[in-house]
Amino acid sequence: MADRILIEGNEAVALGLKLIDPDVVAAYPITPATEVVQKFSEYVANGDVNTEFVAVESEHSAMSACIAASLAGGRVMTATSAQGLALMWEMLYIASSLRAPVIMAVANRALSGNINIHCDHSDTMGARDAGWIHLFSENTQEIFDNVIQAVRIAEHPDVRLPVMVCYDGFVISHAREVIDGLSKDEVQSFVGKYEPPAMMLDMKPRTYGPLDLQDFYFEHKRGLVEVYEAVPSVVEQTGKEFGDKFGRYYGQIEEYKMDGAEVALVALGSTNGTIKDVVDGLWESGKKVGLLKVRAFRPFPAELIRKALCGVKAVGVFDRSVTFGGWGNPVWTEVRSAMYGSANGCCSGPCIPIIDRVYGLGGREITMAQIEGYADEVLAAAKGEDVPLIDFIGVRE
Amino acid sequence: MSAIKADTGWKDLPSGGIIPEGSTSLEFNTGDWRSQRPIWDSEKCTQCYQCWINCPDTAIVIVDGAVAGIDYDHCKGCGICETVCPPKASAIKMVDE
Repeated sequence: MADRILIEGNEAVALGLKLIDPDVVAAYPITPATEVVQKFSEYVANGDVNTEFVAVESEHSAMSACIAASLAGGRVMTATSAQGLALMWEMLYIASSLRAPVIMAVANRALSGNINIHCDHSDTMGARDAGWIHLFSENTQEIFDNVIQAVRIAEHPDVRLPVMVCYDGFVISHAREVIDGLSKDEVQSFVGKYEPPAMMLDMKPRTYGPLDLQDFYFEHKRGLVEVYEAVPSVVEQTGKEFGDKFGRYYGQIEEYKMDGAEVALVALGSTNGTIKDVVDGLWESGKKVGLLKVRAFRPFPAELIRKALCGVKAVGVFDRSVTFGGWGNPVWTEVRSAMYGSANGCCSGPCIPIIDRVYGLGGREITMAQIEGYADEVLAAAKGEDVPLIDFIGVRE
Repeated sequence: MSAIKADTGWKDLPSGGIIPEGSTSLEFNTGDWRSQRPIWDSEKCTQCYQCWINCPDTAIVIVDGAVAGIDYDHCKGCGICETVCPPKASAIKMVDE
């Protein structure tokens, strides 16, 4: 086991990339993910990696280059954020449709306008239907571990799909934390050698992304839908194997003090760390509030979430992005949809209140007191009191 | 690829929607949406090869070094052959399908 190291979130991504030593990295810098590329290009310049680093002229080109390199049989990684992710948009769908297992670190940042560089989840939430696997990270350790696991998940023969490793911009991208590192040998033995499908390397002519009209496009999309069925078990197995080797276990979700909880909070990303502290205090004062952390937002682990939340009397969802004109916001709509209408019996009985709070847009801090206040609201909802279904935390009226 | 037919279901298609080999156009008749077809007159043809040179679909059939007709499986009816055929010969005329 390598030393404990004091490191920023972005540096943890770059360090992960260094230890993975991918064949190709094509990237374009953007705040707050810039340091990933900056640090990694140092590794390239110093000869620490064998990677072909492609300094492209835009994120659209970055993703295009990544897709091509991936389809040529390479292990390929990149990083971006917000507007950069938005500029990649059309290529995101092409990466997943062509089964290109590109790995991308995304420092979650608010989308313009107006221009904002700080954290919320509007960038990757907009890409939630683009066919990528989305892994959210709570802290720097999880970024590092997720980047390494993402390689195994993306390149698994049953998966071969692109993966986004999401982490809250500035909140953890620029915060120094002590993490347990891994040695190059440990990482290399875990990720192994990329074995692309044999046909990718046989030098025969082949057409990727041809015109695909009314007669076959639908069948191709139907086939792609099926691929995601294999992902949950690969995410779970990879997380378990990682834990067996390095002592840190990962799943699609993490339950924190859910045992005997009367109500549950659900959140993504770094806010989970703050919520855990709040939850600790709430239990001490006799309030049975559990936390369900969603690590894998895509594919959405509906069955696991339904089981984890079965038995609580109310659920409070945290959404760090907003769906304009929609009915609720991304995490809430998924959780609520997972909870109701199940044919399996669990939670298909009387409706429990599942409420939604948008918080932290554009990097607005959320305080422990605000989280506690929300928990009280959820507890009140569990007692049948009337609380707003969809509302905001921390916005000035 | 020859296993893929018009009624092939999603389970039997190559992953990623790729075309896994070259020259598959030979298996598809791309001329089936033509609205006009060229009629070639062997009596008037001077064998200048202008149609063969200009046809974007290599649909001018050559037999033993001579223009011998039109490949209607792949001709999409663009009419370029009629346009480039020398006026004095006018060996190709487009007619409605």
